[in-house]
Amino acid sequence: MLDTQAASGQDGYITPDGRKIGGVAMEMRNITLRFGGVVAIKDISFDIRWGEIRAIIGPNGAGKSSMLNVISGFYHPQEGEVIYKGYRRPKMRPYQVARMGIARTFQNIALFEGMSVLDNIMTGRLHHMQANLFQQALWWGKASREEDENRAQVEKIIDFLEIQHIRKTPVARLPYGLKKRVELARALAAEPSILLLDEPMAGMNVEEKEDMCRFILDVNDEFGTTTVLIEHDMGVVMDLSDRVVVMDYGKKIGDGTPDEVRNDEEVIKAYLGVAHE
Amino acid sequence: MTATVDADAALAELRSVPALLARNAKRFGMQTAYREKEFGIWQSWTWAETQAEVRAMALGFLVLGMREGDFVAIIGRNRPALYWAMVAAQSVGAIPVPLYQDAVAEEMAYVLEHCGARFVVCGDQEQVDKVLEVQETVTCIEEIAYLDKRGMRKYDHSHMNWLEDVMREGRAAETRLGAELDQRMARLTLDHTCVMLYTSGTTGKPKGVVLSNRNIIVTSKNSSEFDNLRPGDEILAYLPMAWVGDFIFAIGQAYWTGFCVNCPESAQTMLTDLREIGPTYYFAPPRIFETMLTTVMIRMEDASPLKRKLFHHFMGFARDVGPKLLDGKPVSVGARLKYGLGNLLVYGPLKDTLGLRRIRVAYTAGEAIGPEIFDFYRSLGINLKQLYGQTEAGVFITQQPDGEVRSDTVGVPSPGVEVRIAESGEVFYRSPGTFVEYYKNAESTASTKDAEGWVATGDAGFFEEATGHLRIIDRAKDVGKMADGCMFAPKYVENKLKFFPNILEAVVFGNNRERCVAFINIDLGAVGSWAERNNIAYSSYQELAGLKPVLDTIQSHVEQVNESVAQDTMLSGCQIHRFLVLHKELDADDGEMTRTRKVRRRIVEEKYADLIDALYGGKDQIYTETEVTYEDGRKGKLKATLEIRDARVFGAQTMMAAQ
Repeated sequence: MLDTQAASGQDGYITPDGRKIGGVAMEMRNITLRFGGVVAIKDISFDIRWGEIRAIIGPNGAGKSSMLNVISGFYHPQEGEVIYKGYRRPKMRPYQVARMGIARTFQNIALFEGMSVLDNIMTGRLHHMQANLFQQALWWGKASREEDENRAQVEKIIDFLEIQHIRKTPVARLPYGLKKRVELARALAAEPSILLLDEPMAGMNVEEKEDMCRFILDVNDEFGTTTVLIEHDMGVVMDLSDRVVVMDYGKKIGDGTPDEVRNDEEVIKAYLGVAHE
Repeated sequence: MTATVDADAALAELRSVPALLARNAKRFGMQTAYREKEFGIWQSWTWAETQAEVRAMALGFLVLGMREGDFVAIIGRNRPALYWAMVAAQSVGAIPVPLYQDAVAEEMAYVLEHCGARFVVCGDQEQVDKVLEVQETVTCIEEIAYLDKRGMRKYDHSHMNWLEDVMREGRAAETRLGAELDQRMARLTLDHTCVMLYTSGTTGKPKGVVLSNRNIIVTSKNSSEFDNLRPGDEILAYLPMAWVGDFIFAIGQAYWTGFCVNCPESAQTMLTDLREIGPTYYFAPPRIFETMLTTVMIRMEDASPLKRKLFHHFMGFARDVGPKLLDGKPVSVGARLKYGLGNLLVYGPLKDTLGLRRIRVAYTAGEAIGPEIFDFYRSLGINLKQLYGQTEAGVFITQQPDGEVRSDTVGVPSPGVEVRIAESGEVFYRSPGTFVEYYKNAESTASTKDAEGWVATGDAGFFEEATGHLRIIDRAKDVGKMADGCMFAPKYVENKLKFFPNILEAVVFGNNRERCVAFINIDLGAVGSWAERNNIAYSSYQELAGLKPVLDTIQSHVEQVNESVAQDTMLSGCQIHRFLVLHKELDADDGEMTRTRKVRRRIVEEKYADLIDALYGGKDQIYTETEVTYEDGRKGKLKATLEIRDARVFGAQTMMAAQ
């Protein structure tokens, strides 16, 4: 990750709380995404910098999740380009994107319900396993060695997210807030350079939200993971993020630090529900 | 081991905990001293490794400028590194002061200021945050060290260190400061302070109990020999480090005997970790045994009919035979065979599930334990015993020898301890473990400990003539008189109430009154499970506590207790005439209980004065508002209308019974 920062060759900035933000990690250039006649995203440009927490906000149907899907490579925009680590990203399959160091969580939890927490998180390590089918089947050579290494990594994440007590519990038996945490753990297990969180705090109570906030900050702090998140809770967004992109009806109507965005006329209009002409 | 052969000569050498560590490193070098579950596996350290870690930490403390006589506060959950921090502080000549990790900042502020702690060792960010908050008013703290690095990157580190860094600097300074450290350790004597522990303080501010090396080491020696503790024993250290018992079990006895201390992964995984370790020596307050039993019973309700029948059949049988076998009393061959079969089918698997299969000695203390609960564990063949002790005694005052175990006594005086009962009924003791003084509080020291070393326990009790066992009735100051001159012993009645699984806590009032009344706290686990099985919906503790069927059940429990109290002529006046079920659990965060979960009677009495008036006033219900403190220190208000019930009373006072 370090050499790519150098490769991007652009200066970062220092956040008010003293964290150093690096150069551009990913740049969206004039992205337009259509589904048939419906324009979900209309000519949007913004960048994501190494080490920052970048939020995308906007009312329902503004195109936030579509934007996240463009970043994750699940959707390929009809117009515009995605520049990642200095190169234009071609059309890719999601697993290829995952290999390039982008991991995500989902708005509707997408875990393997019947599997234990531990096994779910282990699936996040898939791209770090190289043993072939033969070795895996016989549990021979590389296969068992890799399992140990990956388990060690997973255990660090379990410790980090404080879910030791549910390590062996099937996911289906967990309450919602913990499932969300397990999903975050699985995404972290991939050791991503960019972490995408789709409404990590939706449907949580205050305490669960506070915990989640702390974990997101700690992840950023500890692993230096660049984080892009979509969130509805304004308090959370303003506290957590370094910079915010505001979307409405597929258009970008604001971009800047939380304070800048908060005082922006357009943003206030969109959020106070002023009638659209 | 040969340590016991020439005890006095040994004591001359083993003058401090660091000296014990040095001996263990030499004698048991390659045996496991500590285990901690981290990253999913049990990480372990031998005695030799432990010595190296402690030495590195002690040198690191020297680098930071720790002086002899400094106080070092230790705050966090049970982790090997925090135990090492205590021994490292002792090695330097400083005095460790472990604090309760769930104490809020204000409570910590008092203790930190009172002892003038210069150094604080914290487990994690949560504790550091509290200490920083305390630092706004308390100026004595100079250096903070923390163990868990998470979230700490952005803090101002000018007077803060990661413990690992402290140790690294310590190792680097070995040549420079090694000799100084050796000299300081050599200067430690049996009369140096070993540790200072703050009492939880059922009344007033906490007091700092100063315990010398002699107190700790002699007590550990005596009690280890009493129960034949040996190297190779295993304990699980999960009780608060600030509690004297944890210090004696996990440091005193562990270092004296050389057994292994296991630290759980987190508070929530305690029961899983217990099962994985299978300790041979175990301590738990009655509450934990109760919870375990309640869980077993709830799960048996859900088991298949065959399993349930097997369980009830064999448990019924074990109730007769199990304790006899444990006490070595004669049992017929047939019964022995059947018990063996039961062991194969029920007792063994059950003990294994609970993690109690390998237990040789288990203790419970702190509160009275229900006879059914006590018998349950003993009938399984678990050698569960009771002891009676307090911080000021270095735990042990009396304990039950093997083969003389009963649920209603607390045993015979521990080795080296003298016990006498004063005219007033109060229990006094004198022992090698008796504390030196209350720190900076000569007045309290003098009123507790007399010139000859006798200490007032504050408990009323008596010796059973036939057996020589001590029985405790109640706190001496709580024992009072009813308006008609009868004896009033609230604890006696409360304990009887608490033996019902549905009742978590009870507070009985009646001193100088004509009749007794009670507050009841239901047990959310037990009552909640009952509600679930009976399809009764509830959304909160408060709602559940107010349901009519719940109140009916509690009423029947209260009446059963009244019936049993009525049989005791001395205490028959203590029957409960009216009661209510409180709308909230009594909580240490609200100051209603101590951190060791003992009810602060006076505070409850003041706080709920309106409810007490209503109980005596004859109303059927009462509206009340209560201030509550949440875990993060914020305050809120609970509003509720509580129903007051009359309970049937028995015997001499039946004429007063209502309905």
